[in-house]
Amino acid sequence: MLIRRRRGSYAAFAALLAGLAACGGSSEDDRTLTMYSGRIAPILSPAVKQYEDASGFDVQTRYGDSPQLASTITEEGKNSPADLFFAQDAGSLNAVEKQGLLLELPADILAKVPERFRSAGGRWVGTTGRSRVIAYGAKVNRSDLPDSPLELTDEKWKGRVGWAPRNASMQGYVTALRLVEGEDVARKWLEGMVANDTQAYDSNIPIRDAIAKGELDLGLINHYYVAEAQAEDPDYPVKVHFPPNDLGSLVNTAGVAVLASTDNKEQALKFVRQMLSDEAQRYFADSSKEYPLVTGVQAPKELTPLSEIPAPDIDLAKLGDLQGTVKLMRETGAL
Amino acid sequence: MDAAAAGRTLGRRLPSAARAFGARRPPLVLLGLGLAVGLAAALPALYLVVAVLDDGRAALDAVLSDRTVGLITRSLGLAVAVTAAAIAIAVPLAWLTVRSDLPGRRVWATLLTLPLVIPSYIGAYLFVSALGPRGALASLLGVERLPSIYGFTGAFLVLTLFTYPLVLIPLRGALQRMDPALEEAARVMGRSPREVFRSVVLPQLAPAIGGGGVLVALYVLSDFGAVSIMRFNSFTRDIYIAYESGFGRTEAAALGMVLVIVMLVLFAIYARVRAARALHRATPGTQRPAQPVRLGRWRWPALAFCGAVAAIALVLPVGVLAYWATKQVSSGLELGALATNSWHSLLAAAAAALAASVGAIVVALLSVRYPSVVTRIVERVGYAGYALPGIVVALALVFFTTRVALPLYQTLAVLVFALAIHYLPLAVSPIGASLVQVPPRLEEAARGLGRSPLAVLRTITTPLVASGVLGGAALVFLHALKELPATLLLAPIGFETLATDVWHQTSFGFYEASAIPALLLLLIAAPPLYLLSAKGSVAS
Repeated sequence: MLIRRRRGSYAAFAALLAGLAACGGSSEDDRTLTMYSGRIAPILSPAVKQYEDASGFDVQTRYGDSPQLASTITEEGKNSPADLFFAQDAGSLNAVEKQGLLLELPADILAKVPERFRSAGGRWVGTTGRSRVIAYGAKVNRSDLPDSPLELTDEKWKGRVGWAPRNASMQGYVTALRLVEGEDVARKWLEGMVANDTQAYDSNIPIRDAIAKGELDLGLINHYYVAEAQAEDPDYPVKVHFPPNDLGSLVNTAGVAVLASTDNKEQALKFVRQMLSDEAQRYFADSSKEYPLVTGVQAPKELTPLSEIPAPDIDLAKLGDLQGTVKLMRETGAL
Repeated sequence: MDAAAAGRTLGRRLPSAARAFGARRPPLVLLGLGLAVGLAAALPALYLVVAVLDDGRAALDAVLSDRTVGLITRSLGLAVAVTAAAIAIAVPLAWLTVRSDLPGRRVWATLLTLPLVIPSYIGAYLFVSALGPRGALASLLGVERLPSIYGFTGAFLVLTLFTYPLVLIPLRGALQRMDPALEEAARVMGRSPREVFRSVVLPQLAPAIGGGGVLVALYVLSDFGAVSIMRFNSFTRDIYIAYESGFGRTEAAALGMVLVIVMLVLFAIYARVRAARALHRATPGTQRPAQPVRLGRWRWPALAFCGAVAAIALVLPVGVLAYWATKQVSSGLELGALATNSWHSLLAAAAAALAASVGAIVVALLSVRYPSVVTRIVERVGYAGYALPGIVVALALVFFTTRVALPLYQTLAVLVFALAIHYLPLAVSPIGASLVQVPPRLEEAARGLGRSPLAVLRTITTPLVASGVLGGAALVFLHALKELPATLLLAPIGFETLATDVWHQTSFGFYEASAIPALLLLLIAAPPLYLLSAKGSVAS
């Protein structure tokens, strides 16, 4: 009895080892690019497929959280297996750029995207834009909506607003506020938001869902979360408001970079070009309802055109001063 | 608890045995293996040291801030509350499913352990959907909104319901191994049932309760998913914020070190509990299974209690998942991908469980049989990996593998290694608890008859602690199944598991699409749990 059982466990052990060996060795060949992506597969993979079909190359993608992937690349240093880094936010790209791990992009790539949507050092380029908006629920009258996020500290919104202080876009917004309106305004606003019992969530989607359920009336989120839900359900009970004043509806960007340690520089650059092609830009606009950043490509028609969004002209590369922002947000109790 | 009385009842106190063995050095092979396991388990902590040394000043500032003190207090408060509640739930459940004639106790044992497999971020989300201010319960009751469950309440509720099995599993094992002769002797000597429970039963269960309790506390300290969704500002959440804000790894690492220190303190407390008692049987010979206690009329409240726990911790979340799954099924399924992902989950988790149990046997043997400063350090270092958030363990392995073993980077072997060191203590704890119940005299006898130390380990010790080993392996398996950060960062590209599938779906709010992989996780976890509880009847 005992012997038979032991033989069984040896067999199981052998099967495990065989399984490990089978999955362990992935063959690397020259016609493969490796990408780390903070953007999710359903959005990104069709665009990747466009590139694969055009180039005959195969792209192996590791999906994860943008900041965690940025940390991973930092720890890997020059030994990173990645050729490309596709991030959800400028902050993660800036963090990797600061480590000196990104390749300088050629001028023809940089020229495709307005200056404010790419790194000042020319080491990453924005692919799509997303606007910080005020989402609102069915119970709110359009006429009551604030003209600026700065008004959300008003007594009448007490406890009715959701925000996501941990979210990269939200932190980018605060950084912009510091740059444009000054440290004092930013500090006062954060203190006001905390004092006004603004409900803190960890990311955008729970805020949108809470508005849909009626737990919240307003929320500071990215526009496309609502656009997507509306595409699935035209009667979705959450609408989007682009506040016209002050920092208005700041536009942040998702972007892509090539790692300096890549051994396939030409193809990696080709991939970046593909992401900025009309084909890919149109795809992103249609599928995830984001703003295409390449001039000449139409934004989704249900969105307020990028040119009409009252976004201040802010250099996204400067949004890299996250440390100062996080410090301020901690001091004010927002984080 | 009167330790002296416990000692008298149990015949012989451990310190005398410890003295006899402490004088002897552990076999070199065992010590070497132990040091290797210890070093492996220490990698996450070593990585923290490297990162902190980058900028000692900033690290010190981060640690000494008021914020850190406040957060660690909050987190410890939550950990203490959850641990107490988990023990309060697990002790009656363990007793009912092992020692009473509760109808269907094996099935209950399986059902009541399953909540452990529900990833805490899914569990928390399900609770918000069901019990949130405007959740399903609110519409069921027809009220406008319920009091908020966000914050401490919600985090406490969710973490308690999904971690009490960490106490239940080792406790059931300890109850099964307990020699009923001791209780009977005490009864014959005229002790009342209550006194017997206090002076005989409870001391024998203390290592299991303590070990399980430490695991619950460490789980709570390192959890991110539940506190994030329940919006409870915890210490680990702050570590994630530090990593996400480009704040640099120094601050994150410094905060991680604080967690390690807290863990060491917790563990020192547990070690005292465990060391204070002798736990192996007093008499030689084969152990009889205990007579089940007849519940009589108490059967109904007992069933109601088990039912209530199962309803809240299992039926409610699974019900919501099943409801979502039916909606998802109608819109089509990718069966091939689900099958592959299930296989990947099974493979990685089983390999991690195997590796962790082997390591844990070595560690437990050293710390229980050859207690010394060295073995104590090896055991405590082993717990560091569990106290740290998954992201730290994952990044530590990114750091070391890319520098030392680049060809292995992002292969399944490294993922399994990471999972094994992350969850090592889950196996050490039950194995250690079962080992203290094995009389060293048996091993001494085998050694005296000329068996080598390894042969003794293989033929005497291992079979006797088999239930502990199985319990430990099962715990590692269940945790590895749902692990996320290490799997995302370390698995070979394209190696999707059920847990990463769930994450992909939920990270974009496709909660309904996450239901089927989440249910599959439960399905894969159920058979090992059932086997584990089947061992429980211990008629063998």
